[in-house]
Amino acid sequence: MDYLLQQLLNGIQLGTVYALIALGYTMVYGIIRLINFAHADIFMIGVYTSFFTATWKKIPFPVVIIISMAVCAALGVLMELLAYRPLRHKPRLSALITALGVSLFLENFAALPFIFGPEYRNFPELIRMKRYVLWEAHDLAVSNIFLLNLGIVAVLLLGLFYLIHKTMIGKQMRAVSYDKVTASLLGIHVDRVVSFTFLLGGALAGASGMLYGLTYRSIQSPYLGIWPGWKAFIAAVIGGIGSIPGAVLGSYLMGISEVYANSIDSTLGFGMAFVILIIVLIVRPRGLLGEKIQEKI
Amino acid sequence: MLTPKRTQTFIRSYPLFSGLVLLYALISFLYHLDWLNSYHIQLVMLVGINIVMTVSLGLINGFTGQFSIGHAGFMAVGAYTSVGMTTLLLQSPGGHLGYLVFFPATLIGGIFAAATGFLIGLPTLRLGGDYLAIVTMAFAEVIRTIIRVSEPMGGPRGIGGIPDYTNLTIVFIFAITSVWLMRNFILSTYGRASKAIRDNEIAAEIMGVNTTRQKVLVFTLGAFFAGCCGSLYAHVLQYIHPDNFTFMKSLEYLIYLYIGGSSSISGAIVGATIFTFLPELFRRFSSWRMVIYSLTLILVMLFRPEGIVGNREWRPLVSRRRRT
Amino acid sequence: MATVGLAPEANMNLLEIRNMDHYFGGLRAIHRFSIAIEPKEIVGLIGPNGAGKTTIFNLITGFYRPTVGEILFDGLPIHGKRPFVITQAGISRTFQNIRLFGEMTVLENIKVAHHHTRQYGLFSALLSSRRFWKCEEEIENHCLELLSMFGLRERAHERADSLPYGDQRRLEIARALATNPRLLLLDEPAAGMNPREAESLLDTIHELRDQFDLTILLIEHQMRVVMGVCERIKVLDFGETIAEGTPDQIQKNEQVIRAYLGEEAIR
Repeated sequence: MDYLLQQLLNGIQLGTVYALIALGYTMVYGIIRLINFAHADIFMIGVYTSFFTATWKKIPFPVVIIISMAVCAALGVLMELLAYRPLRHKPRLSALITALGVSLFLENFAALPFIFGPEYRNFPELIRMKRYVLWEAHDLAVSNIFLLNLGIVAVLLLGLFYLIHKTMIGKQMRAVSYDKVTASLLGIHVDRVVSFTFLLGGALAGASGMLYGLTYRSIQSPYLGIWPGWKAFIAAVIGGIGSIPGAVLGSYLMGISEVYANSIDSTLGFGMAFVILIIVLIVRPRGLLGEKIQEKI
Repeated sequence: MLTPKRTQTFIRSYPLFSGLVLLYALISFLYHLDWLNSYHIQLVMLVGINIVMTVSLGLINGFTGQFSIGHAGFMAVGAYTSVGMTTLLLQSPGGHLGYLVFFPATLIGGIFAAATGFLIGLPTLRLGGDYLAIVTMAFAEVIRTIIRVSEPMGGPRGIGGIPDYTNLTIVFIFAITSVWLMRNFILSTYGRASKAIRDNEIAAEIMGVNTTRQKVLVFTLGAFFAGCCGSLYAHVLQYIHPDNFTFMKSLEYLIYLYIGGSSSISGAIVGATIFTFLPELFRRFSSWRMVIYSLTLILVMLFRPEGIVGNREWRPLVSRRRRT
Repeated sequence: MATVGLAPEANMNLLEIRNMDHYFGGLRAIHRFSIAIEPKEIVGLIGPNGAGKTTIFNLITGFYRPTVGEILFDGLPIHGKRPFVITQAGISRTFQNIRLFGEMTVLENIKVAHHHTRQYGLFSALLSSRRFWKCEEEIENHCLELLSMFGLRERAHERADSLPYGDQRRLEIARALATNPRLLLLDEPAAGMNPREAESLLDTIHELRDQFDLTILLIEHQMRVVMGVCERIKVLDFGETIAEGTPDQIQKNEQVIRAYLGEEAIR
């Protein structure tokens, strides 16, 4: 029982990392119907950016996260501009393959010895860990890093909701995701909205990369983005691709179920994700919070 | 009798087949002269297997317009099934007797892969869209997980001591037959139904094509060939391991296919051949390999999305001989 | 099919739709739509943009499932069936925005219609058997014949998306006929045509009806085409039927003139 409760907290922790990545996937998909495979690698760049800024000089934590978000946001915008925009009016499959290509490129380029190199690194301890006991009888405790994670996610999510529902650019994003042609007829600058979406997604992935390093304190290799990326994407599908609350819900579901599955056997984590995915696709293909899309004929 | 005149007529009416026989004879001859060593022969065998893998992936992605990105998963199913029979179950009967096990084992490997493909495809292809990508990719990973946790299948250590049943002759016959079968499929009404789905799924449906069934059929067929390839592959390497069938492996086939030309059998063949040989020429730059591949893929997609070969086919490959 | 006059039942309708409603989300697109079409009739469906005409086609051909009501084809219910099943039952259609198989040749476009009636199995195809060749030849001859009727035979081996607009429209009609339908639904067949082309389309539609024993339901904006070809017209506005009758009656109907044609008179 004690163990299960503690694992729940670990699941929430993991879900937080996924949620920030999943948002990028779901927003981009909502706007241009593209699975941006390379999003996972933006996350990876975020981890490395935070690592290098944090080890370079004793830069305080809030600055590190802002730098990481800025770098990733810029990368996202650049990627869209160079690789995806020229293909926007080509068959959808071309853009999808390109996304795979960009993903592969980022990983393997980063793994070159004179870039990041393929080796394992330890993430510096930016914040000294403290434990706060929540429930003495059950030995349940949270760390300050966990709380920080939750705090940052809450702030970012609130900011995102405000942006999407209250600002002009947010309204334009929703309009473009609903109907690109009509949106452009209404004078919305579609290209700018798409760029902005990549910027937002990149920034969130950057924040996620920072939190990942801070929490797990290890950097396996430049390929480290692949699995969190995939799981976050599956989480976005489970929650209903295109839906922002769905991505968050799916991510926490994914994080928690993965931690529990791993506690049975460390290889079961991904299998669990797959089983949930298949069940959702059979029972409710549009995802938990997704809206049903009726295709125009 | 094989008179020169008859030979001439034969070559003229079957130029492609004759060329392949000649190629086979040449490679065997060079091997006998020791100009080619067993490493070269292994490379040629891998080319043959990769061609079938790529063409079968092209059936699904290029001709039917779906997006499967876990083709190596089916290869794994085929490999482990057949190795289970030739190595684990039967302790490999020696010599030629072994082939009595190997051939059925390869076929069963293919059928197992096809069955998994069917089970994966049925719920997924019904939905259309990009779901196939996520599911195939996740599936390929789950297969690896299952292998890794199951001790009888070698677990994370893999299986060694697999007999080297696959040889040049078998790969030649296998590759030619498989590509021929898939070519026939493409040229038939099934192929046209596939292309119709690719070009406009709604119109295909209105032309009376049961699109779900057709997609599942193609997906199952592609998985079958991948399974057979897996069996041959295992019996070339003689040692298999879950990490032989990673997501990267699936990606490699996608790269071969899309650089070569996805809506073209010739393109798939060209892509698989070039990109199997190429890294062997540049071994010293192996860490650059994927960087160059991915960059090439991006550039091809941006500037020539139909691939190097394009939507064309090499004439002798698809020319139909009419029977009267 | 029984000839007129001999059938014992009173119900002679090839297509019958009863009280059909359709909602998109909470939005009502079609309200209490009913129609009965007899064999060999040519019926027009008109109405302003967004009146729900194409939605009705999508409902008949199975892309949408009616929220309420039933659709009977030849006396059998077809609502809720998948589109390919409905095509196989004998309904075919064209699309407002042409939907050809762009990367395939003109001939192949037509051949797709023969997929569900193929006379050979998967293994015959894979092994390229004698039977396969024989059937393929039959299909090819049949399709070339159809192409000749539409004047497209010379272009049989060109890519469909390389055809000029008018040919693409005609190819789409030819392709729809290749499925051997009894009911043909034409969605704005004259869209983008000049008056002269539209005129010749009128003749074609009449010829098709006689030659293939077709029943035709068509959506059209060009009044000249609708009035010239249809024996009966149904007028929709905001998903509701506002008038029904012969071209003459429709032209005089005040409600139609007000709701649909505005103050403009029909010439």
